[in-house]
Formats: sequence, structure tokens, C-alpha cells
Amino acid sequence: MAYSDKVLQHYENPRNVGSFDKNEQGVATGMVGAPACGDVMKLQIKVNTDGVIEDARFKTYGCGSAIASSSLVTEWIKGKTLDEAMTIRNTEIAEELALPPVKIHCSILAEDAIKAAIEDYRSKYDGQSLLSAKANNE
Amino acid sequence: MEQKAVNLPIYLDYSATTPVDPRVAEKMVPYLTEFFGNPASRSHAYGWTAEKAVENARNEVAALVKCDSREIIWTSGATESNNLAIKGAAHFHKGKGRHLITQKTEHKAVLDTMRELEREGYEVTYLDVEKNGLVSLDVFRAALRSDTILASIMMVNNEIGVIQPIAELGEICRTKGVLFHVDAAQATGKVNIDLQLMQVDLMSFSAHKTYGPKGIGALYVRRKPRVRLEGQMHGGGHERGLRSGTLATHQIVGMGEAFRLAREEMNSENERIRYLRDRLLDGLTQIEETYVNGDLVKRVPHNINISFNFVEGESLIMAIKELAVSSGSACTSASLEPSYVLRALGRNDELAHSSIRFSIGRFTTEAEIDFAIDLIRKKINRLREMSPLWEMFKDGVDLDKVQWAAH
Amino acid sequence: MIYFDYNATTPVDEAVFEAMSPFFCQIYGNASSLHQSGRRARAALDEARHKVAMVFNVHPKQVVFTSGGTESNNLALKGLSALLPASQLIVSPIEHASVRVPAHELAWAGWKLLMPRVNEAGLVDLEDLERMLKQKSGLISVMLANNETGVLQPVSEIARLGKKFGAFVHTDAVQAFGKISVDFNSLGVDALSIAGHKIYGPKGVGALIVREGIDLMPVLTGGSQERGLRAGTENVAAIVGFAEASKLAVENLSLTNRLGEYRDQLENGVLALGGQIFGKGSPRVANTSYFAFEGIDGPKLASRLNDFGFCVATGSACSSGKTEPSSVLGAMGISESLARGAIRVSFGKQNIKSDVEKLLSVMTQCLLTMGMDTACI
Repeated sequence: MAYSDKVLQHYENPRNVGSFDKNEQGVATGMVGAPACGDVMKLQIKVNTDGVIEDARFKTYGCGSAIASSSLVTEWIKGKTLDEAMTIRNTEIAEELALPPVKIHCSILAEDAIKAAIEDYRSKYDGQSLLSAKANNE
Repeated sequence: MEQKAVNLPIYLDYSATTPVDPRVAEKMVPYLTEFFGNPASRSHAYGWTAEKAVENARNEVAALVKCDSREIIWTSGATESNNLAIKGAAHFHKGKGRHLITQKTEHKAVLDTMRELEREGYEVTYLDVEKNGLVSLDVFRAALRSDTILASIMMVNNEIGVIQPIAELGEICRTKGVLFHVDAAQATGKVNIDLQLMQVDLMSFSAHKTYGPKGIGALYVRRKPRVRLEGQMHGGGHERGLRSGTLATHQIVGMGEAFRLAREEMNSENERIRYLRDRLLDGLTQIEETYVNGDLVKRVPHNINISFNFVEGESLIMAIKELAVSSGSACTSASLEPSYVLRALGRNDELAHSSIRFSIGRFTTEAEIDFAIDLIRKKINRLREMSPLWEMFKDGVDLDKVQWAAH
Repeated sequence: MIYFDYNATTPVDEAVFEAMSPFFCQIYGNASSLHQSGRRARAALDEARHKVAMVFNVHPKQVVFTSGGTESNNLALKGLSALLPASQLIVSPIEHASVRVPAHELAWAGWKLLMPRVNEAGLVDLEDLERMLKQKSGLISVMLANNETGVLQPVSEIARLGKKFGAFVHTDAVQAFGKISVDFNSLGVDALSIAGHKIYGPKGVGALIVREGIDLMPVLTGGSQERGLRAGTENVAAIVGFAEASKLAVENLSLTNRLGEYRDQLENGVLALGGQIFGKGSPRVANTSYFAFEGIDGPKLASRLNDFGFCVATGSACSSGKTEPSSVLGAMGISESLARGAIRVSFGKQNIKSDVEKLLSVMTQCLLTMGMDTACI
């Protein structure tokens, strides 16, 4: 399997590896894939009171392309609003990393991870804006 | 202690293929340029010289496995030997029956050939193996039928290195009047093969797994009791009509010399390789959550196949690119399927995905093994730090109970 | 020893040997392995395939590497016939055994095997072949150059007929390649066999060139090598050597002019000694001369010549272990007694002009001691 330079860069120096405490305020987690399929991605986002993703972390069990795809999306979603992050498409990921056809599923998984994290955020904080949560805390 | 310098990448894939031993190459070269005659040329000295070299090599191959040199047929490699043995016997004996037996962990060359025969109307039983990769004698015995014509069981598995009980299986087959074929491509130079003692009717050999050249192999065809086959490669009637085609003298000479060296050096070499294997095994099993695939005792010392739990195989291969190793067998690793051999052992897909085959050989050094252990430890740590499965495992989550999103 | 049996096999060219040599002990990986060692082998294999494709003016994926000419011919006949329901198989009676025997195998399996006539100059009778084709279509296999006589067969005409009647056409070009220019597309065949050791390449390697769009049925199963058409670990060293030899074969085609002169010089001598030359009136490859002297046993003459250090053949190398006279000559209508005297001289790269003179003079002596009528000399 020949990997592109960008995949290799992300694989050698993955950005934002790690975990947030999933109970921390504003943190949501998306976990997609299955061990049996050879890839599992965990993507965590930390959303600030303005609804902007201010930080992200990932852990990935999978091939180099899966690791690179998740590393790349953590960079891309930082600073984006949830709605903006929702617009990221797997084709953009695949293109950026020059993924070969057999590795397209890695980019799909990364897109799914973003969606899963946002979904988790929305269900967790459903009906309760962060601002009021903040007020409650005070 | 200062670590000795090693040349990178380190080749630990001797089960995929071996380099030609320089001593073998030296013997081959004159037959390319100087003694280049066609061994089938009967009218002049060039032909006779080549023929003599071919017959010397045949004697060397026969000597390694203790058979009569007239029982050795040259082929282009073990794949062709397997094709010839299985199709050749099935076609010749189809009047007697149309049932064959093999096991699920055979090499593709056997499995695909069996599938081919199924398309022709034969019936094939693919035996399950035990968790340790060995075929059970009882399971084998139970599969034999009155219309069974041939059973094919490999001697040493290419992926996990386990040694099948060939002598016992041969006895069962002989009592039942079933032909017994053994793919010994991975066995020569690693285990003792004595065809005087073992009741094997057909045995496949390859040169390039035993420090000989690629593109040459042989099939042992027993003379007493005589085993009849239908040739598969038709033409000039070379090799007693069983395999036509100009004999590649230099390759045959190479195989002969490789097998001669194997005969002479096998015992001391195995000792050295066992020491290296033990060192590697010791170093790697100290890593948490590692599983050795295949029986720990009944295996060749050259192979160790380990699954590293919670780490994905392809990313691991990528992480240890200083090591030339393979995940699954070389022939199937271009696909993303987990190894069918490991699946047959009952390993779950994750463990099958994260398996690495290390195969040690004649030119492996202790410094290389130490380098490999050190590198793998570091990389496994790094990948596990990145693995959500490892994190969950450490948090005490039972991964088998997790509902994974369908993908 | 002076070697005059280049149709049986050739020495490996120095440049070919140089190209092969790193692939024994240094670049030894299995081309199916994904690591660096495997990828280097794979890259060499790709380059070799490309080289052979260039030589035949085809796409690399049309090149299927095999273990040699015999396997290529087996693959062609079995692989092409498997694509059709059993029908008619037209194979010339002068084909190499590696075509004739698989043809008989197919006949056993229900194919109707027909053999067109061959004239006494060694040429396949086109009209007879067309007559057969008109009855029924199927598969045709006719060699490009005969290994014994060197006679060139009208393969492009046969391919045209094949196309007209909807039959697959295979040609065994093992003996033609390197001796005449061979262009796959202008020949118009569906499959073409070649072998390494006839063109100063190594033994144990060959190829089948297959027309695009034909999805051949494999003969050797058990691995996805050669796009599933030929299982087995690729013999990288031999394939690299074969590709280099193929390239050189085309570059060195002009060598045949020189060999043609030797051949003519020899044949003048043979005729002067009262010999008969087979296929002389037909288009032939330049290096081959096939002749006999009435009443002189071919194997005996060859053996005498060998004692004097001259290596010639008595028939095709593969069947010369048997004592039957050449079936090629039989098909040409040559009497059995004359056929028993057949001697094949095939020239090659290392022959020089004086070799021919030496051969003629020694042959004259041998014939005399073997009791040939001296009046002829």
C-alpha cells in the first residue's frame, strides 16, 4: 500500500490525539466503526458557549489512512460552528489526503465521526442552551 | 551494552521467500552462460552436461527427503506441484471416487485447486482445525469415505508455522487406501522429512523457501506402491510424461544445492534459529495483551505469529516499516480481508487483523532481533495510546458487550 | 566445442545475466509482499512487463508471464478453449509437442481435432485450413516458425481467416521471436507464445501475449499472481532476464543477416555433398538449416560430429530422446528413410564464419567414414 505524503505526515505526527473527560461541560463524543471491520474512531469535541468547536481530540484504531483522516478532521473542525462542521464531506477529506479508492471508507468514517459527535452534543444538551447551563452553574 | 549496528530494513519474512544463498547462486551461474545446453538435447555434449547436472540435483532433493531420485518430478514451483498432485490424482482416479479432503488452513494453491475440482464435479471436505491450528486425527478419520480418493494436508503452515501430524495422517490414509498429498513447501530445511518412514504418496516442494531460486519446485511421486497421476502440463514428455517443458538447468542446479545445504546444515541452523525465536518471543510476549497464534510446541522455530490486541494490523506494519514482515500470508495480504488461517483457529476478527508473522532465517542476527523487539515495543505503545479500544479496555469496558455502530 | 543448436536453447547473454544477477541474493523479496523488499521486486516485475509489452506493441496487462513456452502453449490452448463450447480445433501437424499434445487432450474432452495438410516444403496449406474453417469455427493454433525446418507459416493470413470465421487464433512464436520481427497487432492473432531460453534469456520463463478483451481461463490455480491468470510466486530474476533478452532480441535482429550467410554457405556445401535440404523453397528463419543424406543415420552422424567437437541436433530437442523419425518431416511427406538422416544446424550469436567451413570439412570426413558413396563427393 503506497501512502501519500499527507497521510504519512498525519500518521507520523498525528494532531490532537487524546481524550477529554466526557463529562466535562461542552464535551461530546462520537464513536464510529467496529473492531471487526478493522477501524474504530473516537472523536471528541469541546464546544464553547458560542456554539463553536474550540478543541477536538481523537483516538483511532485503524490503518494509517484512518488515523490520518481523523487527525485531519480534528484540525478542520476546530474553530468551526457545529453547523459549519456538519458540512464537511468525506470527498474533501479523501481529496486532501489523496486516498486511494480502497481507503475511501476511512474518509467516510471520519465524516461519520464528526456527525456522531455533533449528534451526541445535541442530544446531550438538547433544549438546554449552554448559556442557561452556564447560568445554572453560577 | 552497546547495541550492534543493523542494516535496515530488517528482513523477517523468510516464510514469504528467502534470498538465494550465495553458495547456491555460485553453483547456478555457470549453467546460465557456460553449460547452457538443453538437458533434453541428446545429440551433443552440451545437452549431456546439462542432463547430468539435472540428475545430480535430483539426487540432492531426494537425499533431503529420503526418497528415490526417480520419484522426484521437477515443476515450476510448489503451486504447480500442488496443482499437479491434486488435479493429476483426482483426474486419474475419478473412476474410483470423486471425494477429496483438505483443511481450511491450507495454502491457496491447494484451496483454489480444490475449488477448481468442485467446479468439475468433485466433492471436497474442508476440515476445521483445532484452536492450536492442528488437524484432529479423529476429525480427519471421520471425514474419510469409501469414495475418497485423496487427502491433502500441509506439513508446515505458512502463516502460523504449526507442524501437522503427517506420519499419523499417512498411516490412516494408507489403511483406508486413500492417496495422501502433503504440501511441504514450508517444511524443507526446517523439519526432518523421511519418506521411507512416512506413508506419503505425493509431496510438494519449493526451492525459494529454502534459499534456492524462485521458479523451481518438485513433486515427489511414490513408486512403491506406485502412484498414478494425469499430467497437467503437456508437451515433449519430459519428466516421465508428468510434466513437459524444457528443464531450467540453472534453477534445478540451484534447488539441488539449496537442498544439499539444507540437509547438511539443518540441525545446527535450527538450533540457532530457535535461540533467536525464543529471544523474540520472550521480548514480545512481555507486551501486555499479545497472543501467539498456533501451537507453541508443534511448530517450526522459524515462525512466530503474534496478535497484538487493540492495535490494527496495517497501521502496525506501517509503524514498523524498518522490519520486513507480513500480516497474513504474502499472497493474500494485498486484500483487506483478515487472514482466513487465523479465522480458522477461531481468532476473532480484531485479533486476526492485528497479527504479524515474523519469520526468521539463515541470515537473521541477534542484533536484528533485539532491534525488532525494541521497535515493536515502542510502536505498540504509541499505537495503543492512540487506540480507543485500548482506552476502553483499560477502563474495564468489555468490548464484546459494546454495541458497535454498523458501518 | 562449437555449438550449432541455438534452436534447442541459447546461452544467456552477458547483459541479460547482468540484469538478472541482483535478483538472486539482493532484491529477493516476494513480489506479493507489501514491504519494501516485496515492492522492489514488484517494481522490477512491472518494468519487465512494460519492456515486453513495448517489444510486442501491446499493453502491459496483455503480457502473462509463465514458466516457459510449453506452459504458454498449454495456457493458450486450454485457456482459450475453456471460453468456448467444445467445437472444432485446427492445429497444424507440424506443431511443437506442447501444442499437439494439449490438442489431443482437448480431442479427448470432446473437441473435433483437424490437421490441415502441409506441403513438402513445410508450409501449412491455407486452402485446406480454410475448407476446415468453413465447416465449423473454434480454435486454431499454427506456429510462426517451425522449430525443425525454420519454415515461416502464413500466420497473419490464418489470423485473417480466423477473424472471418469467428475462430480464436493462437500462434507459437517461440522459434520465430528474435529471428524475425514479430508484431502482435499486425499478426492479428488472439494469443502468442514466447520463451526466454530461445532468445539468449534464461530457461524457466516465457510469456503468453493475449489480445485485449479476452478473459483467459487459468491453468495453474492458487494465487492472484498475473491477475489471476497464472498462480505461483513470480520468478522475478528470470522475468527480468527475459524482458531484457526480449528487448535485445529486437535490437539485434540484424544479426540474422550474418547467420543467413552462414546458413547459405552451409547449404551450398550440403548440396554439393549430395544432401537434401528440407523446406528450402519456403520462407524460413535465417539461422536454421535442416537436411539429410540418404542412407546416413542422423543420430550416428550427430554423434560423430560431437566427437569432433561440433554440436548439432537431429530433430527437435524435446523428442530426440525417442528413436522415431521426425513427425514434422512425416507431415511434409518425406520418406522415413530420409527422415532418419535428419540433421538440424541452427546458428547463433557466437558462431563465426570459419565455424561453417570447419563443420563442412568435418562432416565430409564423417560421411566418408560412414560409408557414403564417395562419388557424390
